[in-house]
Amino acid sequence: MNKLVFKNSLKMLTVGAFVSLSALASPPLAADSFKVAVVSFLTGPAAGPFGVPGRNGAELVIDAINAGSMPAPYESAGFGGLQLEAIFADESGGNAKQVAEYRNLVEKQEVDAVLGYISSGSCMSIAPVAEELQTLTIMSVCGTPRLFEDSDWNYTFRTQAHAVGDSVAAALYIRDQLDDVKKYNGINQNYAWGQDSWKFFDIAMQQLIPETQAADNPQFPKLFSGQYGTEISTILLDDSDLVHSSFWDGDIEALVLQASVRGFFDKKKFISVAGASAVDNLGKRFPAGTVIGTRGEFGIIVREQEGELNEWFINAYRERYGVYPLESSYQYAQSVLALKASMDKSVADNGTTPEKDQIISAMTGLNFTSLAGDVSFALGEGHQAVHPVGYGITAWNDEKDEPTVVDVKVYPAHCILPPPGQLSEDWLAAGMPGSDC
Amino acid sequence: MQTAITVFLDGMTYASYLFIVSVGLTIVFGVMKILNVAHGGFYAWGAYSAAYAIGLAAELGFPDWFAFILIGLSSMFVGIVLGVLVERLILRKLYEHEEVIVILATFGLFLVLEDFILLVFGVNPYFAYQPMVFLGSIEMGGIFRDVYSLTLLGLAAFVAFACWYVLNCTKWGKILSTVIYDREISLAIGIDVKAVFVWTFVVGTMLGALGGAYIAPTISVAPGIGIDIIVLSFAVVVIGGMGSIPGALIGALMVGNLRAIAVHKFPEFELFVIFAVMAAVLMVRPEGLFAPAKIRRI
Repeated sequence: MNKLVFKNSLKMLTVGAFVSLSALASPPLAADSFKVAVVSFLTGPAAGPFGVPGRNGAELVIDAINAGSMPAPYESAGFGGLQLEAIFADESGGNAKQVAEYRNLVEKQEVDAVLGYISSGSCMSIAPVAEELQTLTIMSVCGTPRLFEDSDWNYTFRTQAHAVGDSVAAALYIRDQLDDVKKYNGINQNYAWGQDSWKFFDIAMQQLIPETQAADNPQFPKLFSGQYGTEISTILLDDSDLVHSSFWDGDIEALVLQASVRGFFDKKKFISVAGASAVDNLGKRFPAGTVIGTRGEFGIIVREQEGELNEWFINAYRERYGVYPLESSYQYAQSVLALKASMDKSVADNGTTPEKDQIISAMTGLNFTSLAGDVSFALGEGHQAVHPVGYGITAWNDEKDEPTVVDVKVYPAHCILPPPGQLSEDWLAAGMPGSDC
Repeated sequence: MQTAITVFLDGMTYASYLFIVSVGLTIVFGVMKILNVAHGGFYAWGAYSAAYAIGLAAELGFPDWFAFILIGLSSMFVGIVLGVLVERLILRKLYEHEEVIVILATFGLFLVLEDFILLVFGVNPYFAYQPMVFLGSIEMGGIFRDVYSLTLLGLAAFVAFACWYVLNCTKWGKILSTVIYDREISLAIGIDVKAVFVWTFVVGTMLGALGGAYIAPTISVAPGIGIDIIVLSFAVVVIGGMGSIPGALIGALMVGNLRAIAVHKFPEFELFVIFAVMAAVLMVRPEGLFAPAKIRRI
């Protein structure tokens, strides 16, 4: 009996000691902190070119704002006076897993807000759950226009302009910079992003350069399939002189490697909407003369752009991570800046520590300064951001021995995106009224 | 005519790729009755090992042709190390369990192998394009084709011939056939079935790794490359009949060529065609086209 009591006491002591040690080991959540989950692909094929650079961009800006070391207009320390505590979560595993993970972040880890998401599938799945759980959620990268054109959301915002802007800017760039385009084809991944990109690009081309013709066999290989020999043959056999692609992640790199050996880029002009990560990753293997976009004023498109905030970001990122910030680094940082601007505005408006509803109110319709340009929550009842989108042509900088882009043109938001209250497809079909570029 | 030649070459190239990555899966199933989901992990490890070795060799100034030797060595290294470790430490303890337990174990192993890749190689992609650039391109059917991809046809033919020769013309082949036919009788007549299993699994692993290593120069070697391949390999193996090497060959040829026709003529059906073929075959012959005859025990 005594032995049993002793054993039980020992057990309780052990458990008690473990609990006490655990409590000591985990830092107490300060009352003046704001807890945010940053979600991006940390594993899987999208991690290298998108997920990890995005996570790093968010981390860099969060740390700098907490420390008060960002240049103006973000020089004040903290987010509305609060320190932001970031936890990083993986976006891999599919939509069902993301919904479960989102619930876990909100209900068990008790985050105040969630920021991130690269895949359009993730964004479409998360938005209804964000409403249900009434949690501020800022989407950073995903592109489908349906997010705010099919529904109105109160708790969800997106700091990245949607895919119509990328496609219209691409068509404008072709009209302005490329001669002799008579027929175009496309190779896009077979899911929402790839299908939408091609559809909007095709409509925009017909509106802006009606004398051009689309090929009747656009290619839609499976996402992450990695083998494009047959698709390359098909396009090489047709008489199109321009090929459009919204490939991203490792797919754009595989496509470029397989196509360049076959002389593809000598025969066809190539426009890549979201493949800029491959320019840095492949170096001299990436063909010079490719039209490249970064879905905004991000990454390699603004690498040479002057401006205190942009130069600080590039230098601080290179110093901390040893590489240039990519497109997604800017996109995630842009979401963090939107949060900072909203929380600071909330304090200025209300004079108190920002509450969730006050932050949402401050963010709705907000105009804020991003790293290389201005952003405005002009669509989706003030929840969907618009911003300019730039394109350029890839080249090799012999002096720096690194890739660069030349002939950069940036198209303002009103030229490439529908006005508030109008659906993208209707606006495109109507000839893009109001677009005067 | 130009299109027909191109479709044929595209189809045969893709079929060769499918055969190389699926033959290891079917050999392991045929001999050991294990549906090895970790095969995708071996493919990924082969790709990473080759890409790393080729990149290192290029940095050290080795000639580009040396990459072909590294592809072979990487496959053998992965096959021997992972094959022996997995068979001895995991599978051997599961032979007496139900098939579904073994499938779950190999699925778990696949996830471990994927995460182990992240641990060792990180998330950034690896490139090993040197052998593809070294071999250049050749004009066939009015368009340029990269010679490296055409060499897949030769490699697939070599693997198919080697499998046929070993199974039909060597003592090893007879031993394997006996084990496939009846494990208990094999034990009774003195065959070391455990050793046969180890060697079979090593060969299966090596072939999976060879698929990844040979494809590595044409792709961005990044986390997750082994996921799709297990689905494709499974489709090919099911069409041909699980455990049948001629079945894997015919399955790969069917899928590769029908996919090429779809991409050229009906691109929207590219994904559909692979699994439509599988469904059609299973409706007519649920055991696949060339499934080995089963013993009926009374």
